[in-house]
Amino acid sequence: MSAGITTPGLRLDRLPRRRRVNRLMEVLAWTAAGIAIAILGVVVYSVARKGASELNLDLLTKPPIPFSLTNAPQGLANAFAGTLVIVGLATAMALPVGILVAVYLNEFAPASIRNGVGIVLDVLNGVPAIVIGIFVFGLLVVGHGQSGFAGAFALACLMLPLVARSTMEVLALVPNALREASLGLGIAQWRTTLSIVLPQTIGGIVTGTILAVARVAGETAPLLFTSSFVGTQTNWDPRHGLQSIPVAIFELSESPDPKDHARAWAAALVLLLFILFASLGGRWLATRSRRKIAAR
Amino acid sequence: MEGAEEKMSTTIEPTVKVETRRHPMPPREQLERIFRIEGLDAVYSGKPAVKDVTMEVYKNLVTAIIGPSGCGKSTFIRCLNRMNDLIPGFTQTGAIRYHGQDICGSDIDPVAVRRNIGMVFQRPNPFPKSIYDNVAWGLKVLGMRDGVDERVERALTQAALWDEVKDRLKASALSLSGGQQQRLCIARAIAVEPDVVLMDEPASALDPIATQAIEALMNNLKNEYTFVIVTHNMQQAARVADMTAFFSISHGEEGHRYGELVEYDATEKIFTAPSDKRTEDYVTGRFG
Amino acid sequence: MSSAQASADAPRRPFTGRRVRFGDLSLQVVAGAAALATTVLVGLIVWKVIDGARPALSKYGLGFVGRIAWNPVLGHELYGAGSFLFGTAITSVLALILAAPLAMGVALFLTELAPRVLRAPVTALVETLAAVPSVVLGLWGILVLGPALRDHIEPTLHSALGFIPLFGEPGSGSSIFTAVIVLTIMILPIVSSISRELFLGVPHELKEGALALGTTRWEMVRGVMFPYARGGVAAALILGLGRALGEAIAVTQVIGGGVFIKANLFGTGDTLASKIAASYQGSTTKLQTGSLVYLALILLVFSLAANIAAQWVVRRVAHRHGITRGGHA
Repeated sequence: MSAGITTPGLRLDRLPRRRRVNRLMEVLAWTAAGIAIAILGVVVYSVARKGASELNLDLLTKPPIPFSLTNAPQGLANAFAGTLVIVGLATAMALPVGILVAVYLNEFAPASIRNGVGIVLDVLNGVPAIVIGIFVFGLLVVGHGQSGFAGAFALACLMLPLVARSTMEVLALVPNALREASLGLGIAQWRTTLSIVLPQTIGGIVTGTILAVARVAGETAPLLFTSSFVGTQTNWDPRHGLQSIPVAIFELSESPDPKDHARAWAAALVLLLFILFASLGGRWLATRSRRKIAAR
Repeated sequence: MEGAEEKMSTTIEPTVKVETRRHPMPPREQLERIFRIEGLDAVYSGKPAVKDVTMEVYKNLVTAIIGPSGCGKSTFIRCLNRMNDLIPGFTQTGAIRYHGQDICGSDIDPVAVRRNIGMVFQRPNPFPKSIYDNVAWGLKVLGMRDGVDERVERALTQAALWDEVKDRLKASALSLSGGQQQRLCIARAIAVEPDVVLMDEPASALDPIATQAIEALMNNLKNEYTFVIVTHNMQQAARVADMTAFFSISHGEEGHRYGELVEYDATEKIFTAPSDKRTEDYVTGRFG
Repeated sequence: MSSAQASADAPRRPFTGRRVRFGDLSLQVVAGAAALATTVLVGLIVWKVIDGARPALSKYGLGFVGRIAWNPVLGHELYGAGSFLFGTAITSVLALILAAPLAMGVALFLTELAPRVLRAPVTALVETLAAVPSVVLGLWGILVLGPALRDHIEPTLHSALGFIPLFGEPGSGSSIFTAVIVLTIMILPIVSSISRELFLGVPHELKEGALALGTTRWEMVRGVMFPYARGGVAAALILGLGRALGEAIAVTQVIGGGVFIKANLFGTGDTLASKIAASYQGSTTKLQTGSLVYLALILLVFSLAANIAAQWVVRRVAHRHGITRGGHA
């Protein structure tokens, strides 16, 4: 937008200088956005390019051969299996507790308890993952050894506030008129909650769970102290330590062997794709259900 | 983009007789033209809001824009200082010549336009700053840094607010009442010494006493500024305005509603002997 | 009341009050237990971390916090958090200083400048950056960013600004500088997405009021939007800082390790979190383990402080805006 024409009617004051400052700020803001996108692009590109070349079925099916001097095919089968078990267990632990907490806070709790436990959930959310790992280490590993259970429990601690919060949000969206209609018919509150209110929230709970899984699937720190002393064999028993994809990537990234790096990139690509799909998918589901509720 | 609920006044007498302290308007030949609006069409995302407005606004007068709800009064006045640029999907055609220069041209910077043509809005919108800073901020940003304190005091005095706030200039502007906040917004607008002050239903959210203060203000200041005011209150227009423009709603093909300028003349004429039947119907309250 | 009348008046389903109450009570108890368990969990975390740090707590007390040492050699064992505190401070603060203006710029771009069609996609892209797991970012940091910095950026900075001790001799790709860049990338999406919400929440009338005076868009942003959003942005920055404080994995992958306090950004170092992560393979003595947990305790205290500070700021902002709303007569 160029300068206005000078006439007695239009006073300009220090307008040219102010306009320059404004333009400069615009340019800076555009640059900032460009940098943010460029970073994302560079990271995704690196992972995609370096990971794709090494991506093959061996990754999922073959066990790792540490210190391998040959080019024998190896993969990270134990890590993929372990992640499935650990994340699955973590979800099984966190989901019911998270839903129950949300039900209690939204349907039963007086305001003071709701605020109080809300603060507790926020605090839990803010505890660094590495500290959670140390905590579970002290709680479950000391004296018993590492296990997939301990790792899953640590991840569950991370998932709990996420599941609880998202469930609380969808519970709050269920109109009170629905509850009152059911109670007015003489249906008990517990039945109302379980049969009428909760089914309305299934979509939101699923979405929240998907997002929570996307969050913890890539977490390494909680597993370092709870489930990282593992063998190379594919193991499905959570009573022992299980390898996981993030920990595998972590270990491979620290290795000096470029072959290890290659497999790390491949695993990172799979992990990133999974997390991106889950995050974007979860968010798409969330906007879709929000639109459906708004349209009602 | 019309203002809030329009309350239609239902006068029973055939004509509106209103007491006014307004000085009589100088004869038309002595009036200096500030705005010349030529064939203005304003369109929101393909839906026309006003069509084909042609009129002139004169210096140092109070010009009122009246009309029923939805006739595009707010849209029209917001065109005068390019505020509609902020609405996505808005386009306009036609010319608005301010001192002879078309301010709708693509080479005109809206910032310069707004520097000269200020606006007071329907609901008071003071900044979350102190009373003093509300007025001083504009001065400092726009480069009027000499004698800021005096300028602030002068603006607040002209807005009939100084006595009420002079002891608490550092207090938050949000601690004022609605009427005071609106007067603060007026002070804020006139402190930067614009050429024209546009007012979009400035008193519609206020009580009668505050309204009276604002009307007196316009009367006292019009020798320094030119006022264009949108109002849904006919009595207010009759009280303060020298010239009055009446907009009405028309229906186009496909049933689109849009506003158009029906009649524009000296206020007395509009309210006592309007030329257009639609004007007469409106000012006598025959239709809502 | 005759029996015929009684049966006619009797409700279809008799009020078996006890059964109804039992169901409600059960659900309330079970759900309440879950809420209680969550609260207990947080308490348990604090307790277990303190408990685990006991060997070092009892031996060193608060002196541990300032000591610059980490010597696991048997017979000469000496531990302290000093150098890691320094590392945590310098990496987090520098990352925040870099990320804050970037995040503001992105948020401003998305709310004021971007063409409508670009807003949703770019918002999604920036949020995707938040979804990248730290181990992947760390992998990228070791293998791509580190070498790039070491080969191109660090020598340039060193030759241009080498007189400042911060820009000393470049080393391998693993350095405090690399860690700062990685942390900046990690906290950028958090701060920018919260800021974006805050800027979107600035009332339209306020912005129009400023622009109607004839100010430029930037002047309006600086004079009205920033002050309005000030509290929320502070909370966002605190949350970003908390994130940076707690990041263990990506930092330990790229920071190189070291127990000292040196000014050279291009040298290696360690933070509280990265030191803990780096030691996961096991410690040899109870004292070493206790010292590691002591580090975790310090980290926990900092994170809780940041968390509580952010919540307090948010509460104060909400309170202030609550007053705003009621200010009209």
